[in-house]
Amino acid sequence: MTDTTAPSTIALRPDFAAIAEWINPGAKILDLGCGDGSLLRYLRDTRNVFGYGVEIDDDNLLSCFRNGINVIHNDLEAGLSSFASDSFDYVILSQTLQAVRNTEGIIQEMLRVGKEGIISFPNFGHWKNRVQVISGRMPVSETLPYNWYDTPNIHLCTLGDFEALCQQCNARILERSVMNNHYRPVNFLPNLRGMLAFYRFESRD
Amino acid sequence: MQDSKSVGIVIPQYVQIDKPLQLKSGLSLDSYHLVYETYGQLNAARSNAVLICHALSGTHHVAGVYAENEKSVGWWDNMVGPGKPIDTNQLFVIGVNNLGGCHGSTGPASLDPRTGKHYGASFPIVTVEDWVEAQAQLAEHLGIEQFAAVVGGSLGGMQAMQWTLDYPEKVRHALVIAAAPKLTAQNIAFNDVARQAIMTDQEFYGGNFYAYDTLPRRGLRLARMLGHITYLSDDSMAAKFGRSLRNGELSFGFDVEFEIESYLRYQGDKFADLFDANSYLLMTKALDYFDPAGSYDGDLSSAFRVAKANFLVISFTSDWRFSPERSREIVKALLKNELNVSYAEIASSHGHDSFLMTTPCYHQLVRAYMDNISI
Repeated sequence: MTDTTAPSTIALRPDFAAIAEWINPGAKILDLGCGDGSLLRYLRDTRNVFGYGVEIDDDNLLSCFRNGINVIHNDLEAGLSSFASDSFDYVILSQTLQAVRNTEGIIQEMLRVGKEGIISFPNFGHWKNRVQVISGRMPVSETLPYNWYDTPNIHLCTLGDFEALCQQCNARILERSVMNNHYRPVNFLPNLRGMLAFYRFESRD
Repeated sequence: MQDSKSVGIVIPQYVQIDKPLQLKSGLSLDSYHLVYETYGQLNAARSNAVLICHALSGTHHVAGVYAENEKSVGWWDNMVGPGKPIDTNQLFVIGVNNLGGCHGSTGPASLDPRTGKHYGASFPIVTVEDWVEAQAQLAEHLGIEQFAAVVGGSLGGMQAMQWTLDYPEKVRHALVIAAAPKLTAQNIAFNDVARQAIMTDQEFYGGNFYAYDTLPRRGLRLARMLGHITYLSDDSMAAKFGRSLRNGELSFGFDVEFEIESYLRYQGDKFADLFDANSYLLMTKALDYFDPAGSYDGDLSSAFRVAKANFLVISFTSDWRFSPERSREIVKALLKNELNVSYAEIASSHGHDSFLMTTPCYHQLVRAYMDNISI
């Protein structure tokens, strides 16, 4: 057996814990852009979920194999045609939304394939980002560690922007949680003080 | 890289099976024998057995070499061996020549015990289901109740799938590589041209050429040349041969001029001397007939409802014979049945033959998958 993800790494991912809180034990999960598979593995170990990851990157795919999770090599931009409608309890898009080209399309697909969707993303409205923009530079921060010219993040948004898109995509927001840069919950002025945003939603139809 | 080497010198073994085999065609074989090879040691719990299923022209000689013949390296020696992705330090690996083949198992070139003559054209048509049944007899002979994994590429991948349908309890993992859930009309068309090349050769004698001490060499050669084109990709042929000329200039004749012509003729000639024409016909028919969804109104997910195995499905980007789309059909059916499945689409320019190549990413994934199999 190969074990590349030490438990200590998982403990340092409060964003995983935030998602896990919303997942019913034993649920069926689809994790889009699952990276090295550590979220799915964490959910399997802590919530006893069954599921699949979807990943395009070869190196990540290999890590998923080593993590012993099911992973489907697929480009999210091509849609989720391999997956039947309403076939998952939760479809998760963890810190990937900002790098997706066809943002509306992927949200529609999440609503089709899953009973509920969970999306987390770095909040561009965080005050540190705002300060950098006001001072005349594109923001570089803990959650947005790239320069403007080498970033994979092409669709950054604020809490307000995302909620407007949900409205437009006919998605009903069921729950929201926001964390600051110390991964503590933010209730007051979340769009200004929140670094990471989490949303759980379902289709209005 | 981990240290990996060959399994070394191997010796084929034979098993005579006297339990009649009821074939899908309705015919039966009263008795038959299978030639096989094994690598590694079967553990005390008999839980580490891996069956390797071969493709159209493959054999039981998967890994290692034969004594006094250094060139006789097994066809998947890069995949199977000590420290290799399918690690014989951990696993007991079995390669078997399929029924109807021409490398030692009972086939058209064997003598029919009822007549004392070669089976020839009278050898019954065998299917992927029949092969799985014969392989199950071999497993019983070896005392293996359940395989840790059944692994195959191309036609071998079809056998791996069939195992999970016919013996769901006997397969923990199925590795289905460069395969398809059934052949397309185009696939069948290629197979039929190959068969026509053989059957219209004057030396074929309706399949009974053994009695005339001859071979339909020209037909088999053409069949192989055609097949070989479909195993490569346009890009790999362009990279390897391009429009290179053997003699550097056009000769304005019909002799071999382009390197690709030379290569294909060489491959055809080599194959025609080694392979039995009737076996070739049988293998292509087994391919044509494979269609597990056929009994379920074409619904592949219904066919897989009985399956329990965990699956690894792998395809190759440049494979146009069994393209990645065909593997995704398999994956979709497995997903619908909520089976454990992982799918990888490997970037490779080698076409259908990619499954035999040592592409690092491909071998790393198979290794990682196999390492996680509990034995």
